[in-house]
Amino acid sequence: MLQIEVSKVVKSFKDVQAVKGISLAIARGEFVALLGPNGAGKTTLVEMMEGLQKPDSGEILIEGKRWKQHERELRRSIGISLQETRFAEKLTVHETLKLFASFFAIDDEERIGEVIALTGLEAKSKSRVGTLSGGQKQRLALAVALLNRPRTLFLDEPTTGLDPHSRLDLWNILHELKTKGETTLILTTHYMEEAETLCDRIIIIDEGQILKEGRLADLLDERSRNLDELFINLTGKKLSDDPSLISQQ
Amino acid sequence: MKRFRGQQLFELIRTFWLETIREPETLFWGIVFPVLISIGLGLAFTQKSEEKFQVLVISERPTELDSVLAIYGRAGEYKGRPAQVWRVTDKVLGNAEFNFVRSDLRSAIVSLKRGEADVMIGDTLGALRYHFDPHNSQAQLVYMKLSAMLKSPSVRTEDSSPVEPITLKGVRYIDFLIPGLIAFGLMGSMMWGVSYTIIERRSQKLLRRMVATPMRKSNYLISLMAVRTFMNIIEALILIAFAALIFGITVQGNIAALITLYMAGNLAFAGIAILISSRTHKTEVGTGLINLVQMPMMILSGIFFSYHNFPDWSIGFIRLLPLTAMADGIRSIFNEGAGWMEILSPTLALSVLGVSCFIIGMKRFKWY
Repeated sequence: MLQIEVSKVVKSFKDVQAVKGISLAIARGEFVALLGPNGAGKTTLVEMMEGLQKPDSGEILIEGKRWKQHERELRRSIGISLQETRFAEKLTVHETLKLFASFFAIDDEERIGEVIALTGLEAKSKSRVGTLSGGQKQRLALAVALLNRPRTLFLDEPTTGLDPHSRLDLWNILHELKTKGETTLILTTHYMEEAETLCDRIIIIDEGQILKEGRLADLLDERSRNLDELFINLTGKKLSDDPSLISQQ
Repeated sequence: MKRFRGQQLFELIRTFWLETIREPETLFWGIVFPVLISIGLGLAFTQKSEEKFQVLVISERPTELDSVLAIYGRAGEYKGRPAQVWRVTDKVLGNAEFNFVRSDLRSAIVSLKRGEADVMIGDTLGALRYHFDPHNSQAQLVYMKLSAMLKSPSVRTEDSSPVEPITLKGVRYIDFLIPGLIAFGLMGSMMWGVSYTIIERRSQKLLRRMVATPMRKSNYLISLMAVRTFMNIIEALILIAFAALIFGITVQGNIAALITLYMAGNLAFAGIAILISSRTHKTEVGTGLINLVQMPMMILSGIFFSYHNFPDWSIGFIRLLPLTAMADGIRSIFNEGAGWMEILSPTLALSVLGVSCFIIGMKRFKWY
């Protein structure tokens, strides 16, 4: 059963074509990484899947449903963590989660406690959002995304700008989610390690097109011993210049 | 209350309220600042026991003024400069103190430009000459009083003039000011509290995060407006209580009509606030738009002084402004004892304006 079907989707901004006729299918429970450098079209593609942008042409089905006809229903079944998500700084972590819980008609302190525990924010539950570190804010964004027990979870560059330790923390949370096997994950990243560690399948995107996709083992060969080499072989350029990533390699 | 807990409208209102009261600046500008303005302006224009005027004497030769001052004046000081002081006691028109300061022409003109004095007195062949801006009503008053007194220095209004002082409530400047400040505070609070908040949150991509959930979009805007209206009511009550306590202001008209008009004003300015913040995501543009709406009304709508000072051709237009309708309506209830009939048309006009702006704003609204 397919959780997401994208067929021949095109999206342009003024005279720039950000997504050039991409088609892909994601099975239920699958963890998929959209890997590509900044400006590759990952965010535009994922925002169309999230129903936040409309494609110029092509079709997107989530659980077999179109956004136009089933927006309210689909909003209830997905979880989203946007790139650069900001929350109201004067509210506490708990108040923020309670507010978002109300949007999903979740009047359940237990569930709020669960996501706080899952994202390791117990000690920060009563802290105001403005006092949280970058890593803690990302964990809060993930907690908000998980509140409604989403069948499909979209995470748009969830670890960008985080230090290696915070990034590892977030990966552990997602690992835990993966072992439960109830959620389909679509993760955009330009960190190859993230894609390698977390995902069943990797879709490499550049300039609005899919360059290659498959399981990590199928993508690599003697010429391309890792994703960075593969990306250089495909495009002639490096995937990421993030120094924090190099220190982990 | 327990019934509503967990419902999105309730939670939105609760969180907006928490955010508002956790912002010390909001409390200062919303509550403390209007009270400070009313204290400042109220004391400046209402509590005067004696009018003080500075008159610059630029004549070098003795004039008839010197002979009058030799009898009625005394040597004194005015703002650190030697002066001849002439105090005129008048039970009906109030006491006045004229401070005659000698000056050269150049310094006198500088003082006039700075507003330190209103009138200069010189002479031509021993006859007094008054120099002042004829459009300055304060200067006119000084001239009229002074020239009359120099003609007959010992005559007082209590002796001869048929002046009957008006002691009715509602005719003081503070009576004019407080209703205007209530309307003005409401407008500022809605413009900044609703418009700016929306634009700032759009620029921070917080609105985008909210609409990526099943949240009802109208609930978000309604809760923002509701919290702001509640804050406005508190602010107005504090201002009214303060004005009643310090200046003895009372509401002479129908209080229910006042509440209805006030709520219509909230609706009107909330609608305008939603409309002007419906598209931009730049706070700089938002600030400009808010000022574009606020500034003309602040000047024209008769908040600090009567709009009847403006040319006759502009009065019709000024009366159409929502802040004018609001300030005039509140004033009529406070000072003229107005009731339902008098505020019916401004209330309806403000409500229709608010609902129309809200609907258009919602249609144009960009969540991201």
